[in-house]
Amino acid sequence: MKLLRWSVAILAVAAVIGGTARVGAADSPAPKKVQLVNVSYDPTKELYAALNPLFIKDWKAKTGQDLTISQSHDGSGKQSRKVIDGAPADVVTLALASDIDAIADTKLLSPDWQKKLPNNSTPYTSTIVFLVRQGNPKGIKDWDDLVKPGIKIITPNPKTSGGARWNYLAAWAFAKQKYGSDALAKDFVRKIYAAVPVLDTGARSSTLTFAKNNQGDVLLAWENDAHLALAEFGADKFEIIAPSLSILAEPPVAVVDKNVDKNGTREVALAYLNFLYTDEAQDIIGKNFFRPIGEKARAKYASQFPNIKLVTIADFGGWAKAQKEHFESGGTFDQITAKK
Amino acid sequence: MPESSLIIIPMPAPARPAPPGGFRAAPLPTRRILPGFGLTLGCTMLYLSVIVLIPLLAVFVTAAHLTWTEFFNVVWSDESIAAFQLSFGASAAAAVVNTVFGLLLAWVLVRYSFPGKKLCDAIVDLPFALPTAVAGIALTALYNDQGWIGKLLAPLGITVAYTPLGVFVALTFVGMPFVVRTLQPLIEELEPELEEAAATLGATRWQTFQRVLFPAILPALLTGFALSFARALGEYGSIVFISGNLPYKTQIVPQLIYAKLDNHNIPEAAALAVAMLIVSFLLLLAVNLLQRWTRARTGVGVAQL
Repeated sequence: MKLLRWSVAILAVAAVIGGTARVGAADSPAPKKVQLVNVSYDPTKELYAALNPLFIKDWKAKTGQDLTISQSHDGSGKQSRKVIDGAPADVVTLALASDIDAIADTKLLSPDWQKKLPNNSTPYTSTIVFLVRQGNPKGIKDWDDLVKPGIKIITPNPKTSGGARWNYLAAWAFAKQKYGSDALAKDFVRKIYAAVPVLDTGARSSTLTFAKNNQGDVLLAWENDAHLALAEFGADKFEIIAPSLSILAEPPVAVVDKNVDKNGTREVALAYLNFLYTDEAQDIIGKNFFRPIGEKARAKYASQFPNIKLVTIADFGGWAKAQKEHFESGGTFDQITAKK
Repeated sequence: MPESSLIIIPMPAPARPAPPGGFRAAPLPTRRILPGFGLTLGCTMLYLSVIVLIPLLAVFVTAAHLTWTEFFNVVWSDESIAAFQLSFGASAAAAVVNTVFGLLLAWVLVRYSFPGKKLCDAIVDLPFALPTAVAGIALTALYNDQGWIGKLLAPLGITVAYTPLGVFVALTFVGMPFVVRTLQPLIEELEPELEEAAATLGATRWQTFQRVLFPAILPALLTGFALSFARALGEYGSIVFISGNLPYKTQIVPQLIYAKLDNHNIPEAAALAVAMLIVSFLLLLAVNLLQRWTRARTGVGVAQL
């Protein structure tokens, strides 16, 4: 009897909690409370922490709805898989297009998602730079210096980290341009990865390994992460070195069609992503060390971003080709790390 | 001698009226706490299925998307073999070390009394309570060449962090409580009279340990080993920070599985999981059989005299 009473009590409590937890229900018109889930990649935590309150204020003024934005941050590949497996993401703001393509493959969003927003659905870009210790004791000026004997490089694992894939391709692009062929580029990248003592799973872990645990001589990092490391660990401890050539990292954004239709949040999701292109947001983006695409913000933050010669993923034939050629099982990354 | 010889008198069963129709060969039904065999078996199977069997079956089904050749290629590739070697090797080594020191620890905690004993006993449970990621970060900070211990070891040429040695250290840490906790009740049950009897019969201390005590605790020791080994095999959170994750060198199988998953290569990840499951199951089965054999050989409790 006592067991029965307890079971009923617990079920009742669960029902009450379950009932109140449903927000943004599609059936009621213009509910007062709305929740948006933004599944993003590792280095954008501070960026969205700064952007979200502005949008929430804007949205409240425009529609009177109380909006809460729930952020999730992890490696881009992991996040993409999470969304495919059913995580209730309304928008995805990931590190590379192929991670969103993978979601599109499961029909959660339409295959032409990249054309739906300006600039290939990319409201901000970044690039890959080097972070070295104060005074640059090893004299690292460019990609060539990375393969000098005795240099230890910290970079994450391209199989699990989006940033690592941009790093890999930037190195490949430099070597191909300098040495002329794909085969020599592969050799160069092999030498780079032979000098890596720790292959972390994500960009942030690598930054911590370099900056906090003091491993390695140089970190291959997202430009914004490098600036953040300076801000967090001390601008007097590290220096940012811009290589002669790097890759234009384009982290795209998209609305997850199936989920927003289910949650009834399509309007607010679309408004949120469009907000990222406004002058207000672009200013915050520049302030957080991402390269803005808006003219005003670009002019304002021009001094912050060194003028590096940038290749794009189009030079690799697009992400689908690059992913297959380099990062799938048996691709060039597997080949260069294979035991001889 | 105060001890008189014990005469064991078998007591007859409580008197029951003879059932009509003669003597029954089957035992008479008695009141049990749990209702009938059928219901309890049903509950057990349901619980086991939902929690264990069905998820594992899902892994096998996912792996079945590969052809046999593909499966073999994934599981037998150089990278996978290197990962298996590290996973199983480091886990086994950690389990062995835990067994030896766990026995020592359990013995000291049971047989001796010293100030701070209760505290030591509580500390043994810490690896259970600590989230594995926290353990990993702490160990990495401690053992990398800038850390407190790493700094002392570096001049000796010993690198712990980002090497297989670091993996071994982390696995030893997480597996420690198992052997201690498995052995403690058993050592408590060991009667001191046994050792005294052995001493009066002229056994040296080592002989007492080897002939009397060790066989008695061997089954539990093997159980502790198996538990520690199994825990180490499945460990991910603490290893991923301290291991360096270099393919072919310091990558454990769970890390390889994760890499495949993040590349949306789910069937290959499942294939590795299946291989790991099968090998682990066989190893644990072997330990289990060994344990049963030793128990049969050395007798069920030591209290039987």
